[in-house]
Amino acid sequence: MLLRSVLIAAALSLFAAPVAAQVAAPAVNPPATIVIPEDEGGLSGTVTDESAWQDLGIAIPAFATNRDGPTPANSQGTSALGVELARVIFGDLRNNGLFRPVGPDSLPRPSYPQITAPAWSTWQGRAAEMLVHGYVRAGDDDRLTVGCYLYDVQLQQELVREGWVVAPTDWRRAAHKCADLVYSRLSGESPFFDSKIAYIAETGPKDNRVKRLAIMDSDGANHRFITNGQATALTPRYSPDYSKIAYVSYLNGYARIYVYDIGTGRQTLVTESPNPTFAPRWSPDGRRLLYSMAVGGNTDIYSVSAAGGGSPQRLTDAPGIDVGGSYSPDGSRIVFESDRSGNQQIYVMNVDGSNQRRISFFGGRAATPEWSPRGDQIAFTHIAGDLRIAVMSPNGGGLRHLTDSWQDEAPTWAPNGRIVQFFRTQRNSGETSIWQVDLTGRNERRLATPVGASDPAWGPVLP
Amino acid sequence: MNKIAIAVTLVGALTLSACKKEAPADLPPPPQDQTAPTPTPPPQTGPVPGTQEHFTQQMQGRDTIYFDTDKFDIDAEDQAALRQQAQYLQQFANVRATVEGHADERGTREYNLALGERRANAAKNYLVSLGVPANRITVVSYGKERPVALGSNEQAWARNRRAVTIVLN
Repeated sequence: MLLRSVLIAAALSLFAAPVAAQVAAPAVNPPATIVIPEDEGGLSGTVTDESAWQDLGIAIPAFATNRDGPTPANSQGTSALGVELARVIFGDLRNNGLFRPVGPDSLPRPSYPQITAPAWSTWQGRAAEMLVHGYVRAGDDDRLTVGCYLYDVQLQQELVREGWVVAPTDWRRAAHKCADLVYSRLSGESPFFDSKIAYIAETGPKDNRVKRLAIMDSDGANHRFITNGQATALTPRYSPDYSKIAYVSYLNGYARIYVYDIGTGRQTLVTESPNPTFAPRWSPDGRRLLYSMAVGGNTDIYSVSAAGGGSPQRLTDAPGIDVGGSYSPDGSRIVFESDRSGNQQIYVMNVDGSNQRRISFFGGRAATPEWSPRGDQIAFTHIAGDLRIAVMSPNGGGLRHLTDSWQDEAPTWAPNGRIVQFFRTQRNSGETSIWQVDLTGRNERRLATPVGASDPAWGPVLP
Repeated sequence: MNKIAIAVTLVGALTLSACKKEAPADLPPPPQDQTAPTPTPPPQTGPVPGTQEHFTQQMQGRDTIYFDTDKFDIDAEDQAALRQQAQYLQQFANVRATVEGHADERGTREYNLALGERRANAAKNYLVSLGVPANRITVVSYGKERPVALGSNEQAWARNRRAVTIVLN
């Protein structure tokens, strides 16, 4: 039942088209002193990381509503929903190292007319350089219209605005879209909050681990288990349009790649073969799948039509283990891992398998390469004693470590190529958790998941 | 090579008993039963010949071979164990076998799947070279997904880098 409603939500969300944000604001400017006293609080109360360069203060008070009415999105009505929307935006914008946001729980709440005519003096007195305002309205069809405004408090000027109409179940997406709008306008980077993650949920002792395919939003919300854990599931990858997930399952006793259709709940084998297949990877256009297949102990990389049909194309034939692979954003090249030199190193080839050449020459082993969606970096696991997340340029230069822990592996990129997610394994217990770090390596944090978590795979920004 | 392999096996045995003392509750992994071949009652009460239980009893630990880090070569001790496995498989000609390949936790997941496959195949190929028909042996890799030794140390990793033969009938 849960599955159904989430599926419907996912389908409806595709129709969440942006609309011009407009508020039927009264012509009269209300007094600038309207403040809800119990919501008052200091600006510094929620700031934990005081890095000097994290200095852009952003106030994100509760979103206003034209009329506090019932909505399926919140049992307490649209006014309470307005607080939740601002909390989601606050959660998105903190911890990424660029901003010092303050959320609705420590700020006065603006009135509906103030959304388009901010009470400047209120915000100037709070050392907020930027101000996010927004509103939520429930339509007769229950659909929500959410408007989002970003103001420069110093200049007393609107910087950007946008609005969205969403199904009530998709209210968080509207908040993520607003956070993306603010992030993009202030950082100059592409958005990434309105996106999803597929991963493996882990429970049970180390020698009898139960591993289930699961999905969640980029902030951990809307979590859902997809498989029941009877068969071990590994290494999922969302298709670029989020309609399918390719992953490895021991469903029939052996490792095989299945493509799970989120709409129908059915899954198919990526290729019929008596040999194990693993390490599935989508092409950027979603039309092809890379997979690795072991034949007689020798593993090579193949490419096959994701729609089914057509014969697989073998891309590598070196003796040894050629495994994984990640397409360049333009789909012309593939970065992959091979131990043909004696141990795991990283190679690049053209999409047809030609021109294979090694790019990693810095000592240790190098594994699980993932090409940044921006094309300028390759994230990978550097094995030199410990396992650490690192990045390098596509020609193998500019090695930089982003993490320093006992065992961090399997990086996956945020859709905008500014943040890398990976999983961390605890020594002895083997417990796993998903973490993310920005490209400076300075802002690292753990994602909240219901149980242990590994093999994260971040999908693109939702349309 | 020989000396190293023996040392590994001994250390493994020590680790196992240590583990048992500390935490007997969460030990038993499914396929391998640890029932040591008790020397007392011989023929009639024992396991049925040709079964997995009988096989593990007869092998006395030689159902498993061990590998060095990132390696998949079959050394002299492995050869001795595989010879014994091959003799058993030839004695019970209707028995089929699966070789399970494993890796330790200190590698990346997908590479370890390939590595486990490679180790299982190395064991299978040796059994075939001794005359066991290839179509009686399947292989499966579990990569680092099914450790038997639960610590994060060299001894535990040495025990987990293994190929285990299981008989089916």
